[in-house]
Amino acid sequence: MADLASIKEAVITGKTKEISLLVQTALDAGADPQDIIDNYLIDAMKEVGARFEADKIFVPEMMIAARTMQNGLAVIEPLITGDDNKLEKLGTVVIGTVLGDLHDIGKNLVVLMLESSGFNVIDIGVNVPVDTFVAKAKELDADIVGISSLLTTGDANMKTTVATLKNGGLDEKVKIICGGAAVIEKRALEHWGADGYAKDAASASRVIRSLLSID
Amino acid sequence: MIIVGELINASRKTVKAAIEAKDERAIKKVAQDQFDAGANYIDANAGVFVGQEPEYLKWLVEVVQTVVDGPCCIDSPDPKAIETALAVHKGTAMINSISLEKERYETLLPIVAGTDLKVVALCMSDKGMPETTDDRMTIADKLVNGLLQKNVAIENIYVDPLVQPVSTNNLFGVEFLSAIEKIVTTFKGIHTMCGLSNISFGLPNRPFLNQTFMSMAIAKGLDGAIINPLDKNMMANIIAATALAGKDDFCMQYLQAFRDNRLGV
Repeated sequence: MADLASIKEAVITGKTKEISLLVQTALDAGADPQDIIDNYLIDAMKEVGARFEADKIFVPEMMIAARTMQNGLAVIEPLITGDDNKLEKLGTVVIGTVLGDLHDIGKNLVVLMLESSGFNVIDIGVNVPVDTFVAKAKELDADIVGISSLLTTGDANMKTTVATLKNGGLDEKVKIICGGAAVIEKRALEHWGADGYAKDAASASRVIRSLLSID
Repeated sequence: MIIVGELINASRKTVKAAIEAKDERAIKKVAQDQFDAGANYIDANAGVFVGQEPEYLKWLVEVVQTVVDGPCCIDSPDPKAIETALAVHKGTAMINSISLEKERYETLLPIVAGTDLKVVALCMSDKGMPETTDDRMTIADKLVNGLLQKNVAIENIYVDPLVQPVSTNNLFGVEFLSAIEKIVTTFKGIHTMCGLSNISFGLPNRPFLNQTFMSMAIAKGLDGAIINPLDKNMMANIIAATALAGKDDFCMQYLQAFRDNRLGV
């Protein structure tokens, strides 16, 4: 019987080195690769997000958990990325920092958290013009567009970017989520027309799951 | 140590409300409290008011200087807002800040060129945020030389090497500290400045980390800080660190602070 619980525990506690052996051992014992990903690796990151939001763990611990998850995933990936057997992702997220703003640390944390939570994430960088958001979202058939802003002077650009995405021919199913130190939830949702707001990387993962109706 | 009091910033709810209501009393109190606590400059920031920033920034400067006999730190990337505020400012203001971002550099350089204005030079470029000491030195070199060529005196330049959170990279603290040391040894007579609370992003008990980091930066030569001067622990920490770094002749400032009961704790 594969010891799957210890895989989850290893991710939560950030055992970056031990995780590979734990996953390999589980696979050798006959565990299903997709089951390990969905119900242990990704599930562990849900717990990590919850602990982060409750101030039980902090940024470095979240980062190391994400890295552990990815190390575990790296053992499994070669087994299921065949031609007809693709690694399933929860959805595609196109994310960038708004025009006029070069801050990337918050956004990078969101990227790390989303990737390790099972999303396909495309980071389009900082100081992103609205046209690039629209073009990339279309090109990659995004489910979610994430816009980050750290500067309070960036409000006008946030508003324009959200409005353009909403009216720019993107499919209605594409949800827009805003976040970053400068973003006020009420303004994002009521004045700009965003579909979601997240105050940090862990809540971004939670809110996006909810926007996409993933349990 | 040059202290810039950071509290009059419209991104703070109470200040935003006071500006919207034109509540002079509220702004005067925040200005006076910071000045009394030892601030050398009172920062004024109305950046959240798109379109109305020049008008509000001017109003802030006027209101602050009715109670404070000292200069303001005019905190805006908008040349029009800065010029409007400068027109009513008494004494020599500090401009916060120029950077190597092309638009910001080109629009703010003419404002400070050939003047006695103090200017914060933020180590940021269109290539993004600097991570290493070398990244910072490359930007600082261009900024400082650009300002010197436009007849800004070196002692009026306050280089801000830009603090990044140590929670996301172990080396972000030391890369900043080395940059401070390198800037003050490379450019004789220059000043340094920073808002350092970003160091503790993502970690618990932030004030403790901020204070410790302040001591370390002062040891490397930091001589300016944008902080909350009403934070008594931080202010006491700065006074102690300044004396320990050999920047307080005969420990007179430290002793004065002791007698004024400002070392608290």
